[in-house]
Amino acid sequence: MSDSPNSYSWTLKGRNKSKRKSGKSLSASLDDNTLMAQLQTNLPMPDLFTAAAFKGTCIHAVNGEELVTDCAGVAYWPAEQALLVADLHLEKGSSFARRGQLLPPYDTMVTLKRLAGCLEKWQPRRVIALGDSFHDQEASRRLPVDAVQLLTGLLKGREWVWITGNHDPTPPEGLGGQVVDELRCGALTLRHEPQVDADAGEIAGHLHPKARLVRRGRSVRRSCFAVSRSRMIMPSFGAYTGGLNVFDPAFAGLFEERKFHALMRGDGQVYRISAADLS
Amino acid sequence: MANETKILRRQAIKLDLYAPDIPQVFLDWFGKRGWQPRPHQLELLQRSQQGDSTLLIAPTGAGKTLAGFLPSLTELTARPKRKPGERHRGVHTLYISPLKALAVDIKRNLETPIDEMGLPVTVETRTGDTPSHRRQRQKLVPPDILLTTPEQLALLIANKDADRFFADLRFVIFDELHSLVTSKRGHLLSLGLARLRHLQGELQTIGLSATVAVPADLQRWLVAQNVGDTNVDNQAGLIVVEGGAKPLINILDTRERLPWSGHSARHAVGEIYDTIKGARTALLFVNTRSQAEFLFQNLWRINEDNLPIALHHGSLDVGQRRKVEAAMATNSLRAVVATSTLDLGIDWGDVDLVLHIGAPKGASRLAQRIGRANHRMDEPSKAVLVPANRFEVMECKAALDANYLGHQDTPPLRPGALDVLCQHILGVAVAGPFQEDALYNEVISAAAYAELDWDTFERCVHFVATGGYALKSYERYAKIKKVDAESGEWRLTHPRFAQQYRLNAGTIYEAPAMTVRLLKFVKRDGKGIAATRGGRSLGKLEEYFLEQMVYGDTFMFAGQIVRFEGIRENEAIVTPTVSKDPMVPIYAGSKFPLSTYLAEHIRAMMADPEKWQELPLQVSQWLQIQAQKSIIPTVDQLLVETFPRGEKFYLVVYSFEGRLAHQSLGMLLTKRLERARARPTGFVATDYCICVWGLDDLGAMIADGRLSLAGLFDEDMLGDDLEAWMEDSFMLKRTFRQCALIAGLIEKNHPGKEKSGRQITVSTDLIYDVLREHEPDHILMQATREDAATGLLDIHRLGHLLARIKGQIVHKDLEQVSPLAVPIMLEIGRETVAGEANETLLAEAAENLISDAMTV
Repeated sequence: MSDSPNSYSWTLKGRNKSKRKSGKSLSASLDDNTLMAQLQTNLPMPDLFTAAAFKGTCIHAVNGEELVTDCAGVAYWPAEQALLVADLHLEKGSSFARRGQLLPPYDTMVTLKRLAGCLEKWQPRRVIALGDSFHDQEASRRLPVDAVQLLTGLLKGREWVWITGNHDPTPPEGLGGQVVDELRCGALTLRHEPQVDADAGEIAGHLHPKARLVRRGRSVRRSCFAVSRSRMIMPSFGAYTGGLNVFDPAFAGLFEERKFHALMRGDGQVYRISAADLS
Repeated sequence: MANETKILRRQAIKLDLYAPDIPQVFLDWFGKRGWQPRPHQLELLQRSQQGDSTLLIAPTGAGKTLAGFLPSLTELTARPKRKPGERHRGVHTLYISPLKALAVDIKRNLETPIDEMGLPVTVETRTGDTPSHRRQRQKLVPPDILLTTPEQLALLIANKDADRFFADLRFVIFDELHSLVTSKRGHLLSLGLARLRHLQGELQTIGLSATVAVPADLQRWLVAQNVGDTNVDNQAGLIVVEGGAKPLINILDTRERLPWSGHSARHAVGEIYDTIKGARTALLFVNTRSQAEFLFQNLWRINEDNLPIALHHGSLDVGQRRKVEAAMATNSLRAVVATSTLDLGIDWGDVDLVLHIGAPKGASRLAQRIGRANHRMDEPSKAVLVPANRFEVMECKAALDANYLGHQDTPPLRPGALDVLCQHILGVAVAGPFQEDALYNEVISAAAYAELDWDTFERCVHFVATGGYALKSYERYAKIKKVDAESGEWRLTHPRFAQQYRLNAGTIYEAPAMTVRLLKFVKRDGKGIAATRGGRSLGKLEEYFLEQMVYGDTFMFAGQIVRFEGIRENEAIVTPTVSKDPMVPIYAGSKFPLSTYLAEHIRAMMADPEKWQELPLQVSQWLQIQAQKSIIPTVDQLLVETFPRGEKFYLVVYSFEGRLAHQSLGMLLTKRLERARARPTGFVATDYCICVWGLDDLGAMIADGRLSLAGLFDEDMLGDDLEAWMEDSFMLKRTFRQCALIAGLIEKNHPGKEKSGRQITVSTDLIYDVLREHEPDHILMQATREDAATGLLDIHRLGHLLARIKGQIVHKDLEQVSPLAVPIMLEIGRETVAGEANETLLAEAAENLISDAMTV
């Protein structure tokens, strides 16, 4: 846990060590320009990052690898200059339409445009889609023309990895990008479905985590990153994807009882909430 | 209008027209019971025999039901017997009531005369509870008279055999028509009636209704509109039976101190109890479920005589409700605390007193509720009004005056909703292919849709077919298709859409609810509640309410205080608790907004110090002090007070337009104050006024001209500001969900799936966001905005208010809170506007504050 292989020069080394000893989490919220200025003077950072990019994010280390969680529902991995996104569920709308529920056919475009915004912001070298990128086997064939154009543009000039999921076990056709079932990279293993007995460093999607906070007789429900020091379950990104409470039995065995955090997606801000405070 | 109908009635009496053709067996039966057919019963019979459709407005106890069925019964008696081998006849008379319990009750009441006269008439009910084998049999061998609900009618007409089933239809009777027509249920029913007329052009309608503000609306509703070339306003005939004896109504003049605010009437529980003791059976009406729970609980606390007092509201377990109803029927209860679930219909025992706790909010509603006592027309009903706070005293007084004047304030009818039309179009297609021109003509013959233009109709058809999106990518998934481009004939593409329709028809979609199960104790393991069995179902509560609870919270439900243990497999688990004070107040203000009519009267009452003498001393003194310390506005004026308190500055607007319009106004005012850099931080709205507060001295800003009240309340706020706010409002999302369900965009029930809709459909909030981004003018968005504007946001009324107060705003800057402002100041923190401040909650709980992050 202490020293990750491939550790990136950007981590707060001296400070981190003392923190780790005290058992405290590494995460910090960088929602303030002064703080950013301070960080920037101490740390070598890719030039393209301005204070604005980090505003409202939450940095969380999984197995020593620091990930920047964005309230848009993606995570940026500075060490790999990679952007992680899970459960796009493209063409979910038309998938429902086939069964007689004629949902607005715009979900793919909404999802891709939101993703394009994230790519614009983080300028990643690689994009890793953690499975269920397409809602069903035929979905990639049903993509509207403008969606194909947009997606092709997004793939251009960067490495793109499609991890397979239960909704899209076969590779998408003619869109480019690599298709893998699982990806090991740095100290992390990226896959679609989280595994109870996985080694530390698992990043997964599939469960669409959502957390609920009840305070003063009011309840707030948000999609979230469910995180511990050894794993992260990504929120679902697709426009028509709902959520599953982090206390649902489907999460059983993934986290120690109440000893994990939900990085809840707020309005322009990720909020780090202890599972002990959630309902 | 009331005058007009009275004149009609008088003329009718003078002319003594009623000599209907009435079979001897009926006269004998009346005679045997020592009865005489009442004039209105004979008049209705006569008109029906002349081939007219009629609206009968009569108070309870006037023999409305028998009057309604007399035309059918006499005609059926005279009908020749079916010869052996002849085909079975279709339904002769269709009776439609808003409650299935009422249908069952009417069957009982109808069978007595039929049996006693030995009439050759069969009567059956068809409701959601009717077993499928009987439904099948009814289709093959229809009864003469079928008693059913609007939802069942929708299903009956969406059937291939509908034309045969209704081929012999002569009469359609609508009971409690006044309560049906105001909702989307009424819209669907209006379309159903148009379809029935399409199947059987000769049918006649009979509407039975309590007194309403505009009878002509109902008269139009009963007959076909847009018939022929002329624009003649078609109306059914009208018979009005004047109320019997005037009710005796009192306002409880409490010995206790009258509360400033709140709706519980806690102060008067002792006096309420004493009043119950003086009556044989009392019906206690309240406006909300939480008030019912509260009152019931508190009455039992002081119930030293162990009077049988029961509780009745819509969330209780059905079995429990039936028990209470049965006990009432046998007169074994002394009092029942009830919500609007007992407003309608059924005769239960000998209720001799109605208590209305809290303000009635509308004069017509009060009249209806008072009518629940004493079902004999010639004896006066007795009622006691128990206002729960000072403003409510004035409201009760206004309602009482209105009641004596016979004034009605039933809400105006709205044009038919588009989501309902979409549902109906699919229903028509399920029954068989349709011609679009013919269907359009049929639809605009329904009163609710008389104004519908062709273009909108066509968009609805396209919605049903392919979702109606500008991006036409769903042609291959179409539910209905044109046979060919020229013909205009549409057909269902697959029988599974018929099944889908049948599972989802109807317009009543309640918020998702969970069963509340009471266990004696609960075993907990690390994950929460361990598997437990048994326990008793107390009823159902909305998910959004249960969501706000955490383990250990206590609340009142089903007449007891229970502890929330958690949610297990779609059930909320609770245990008994010894706690006397529930921690979670299940409080939601009044469900109904104050009617415009009562609001006007309250304003007039306040403006006229002579009228104060009729008010209880505590209230008149309160107004007198207000006059000394601030201003009593005249009828036309809008009073705006500003004052500091604590660290904040307050602005109170006394607009009296009801809670819904006030919430909208509060939102818009806050936006405008923000723009004026007055830094508002919150607001609260009641039925009577709005209070906005902020960090800047609003009074000073108004005084030195930095803030213009005329500008603040300018009508242009209903333009862009409203648009901007509405689009973002959580209320619009809630409305959208309803529209999406009714229109069939998403399903409540899916063929072959037993799980609740939630798991198999996409959240409507997400759909709303996508649609708003890509096609804000989609037909469902249009339906949603229209709904919200008239319903939740009450924009119409807000518009009237802004027009009314132009140039009439008086401002009073005060050093401290005024007497009139005290009630709303006490509501601060109690009433919140949902959807607000969620981010603040997150921020509070979050660990990622900079200080945390940076300190080692």
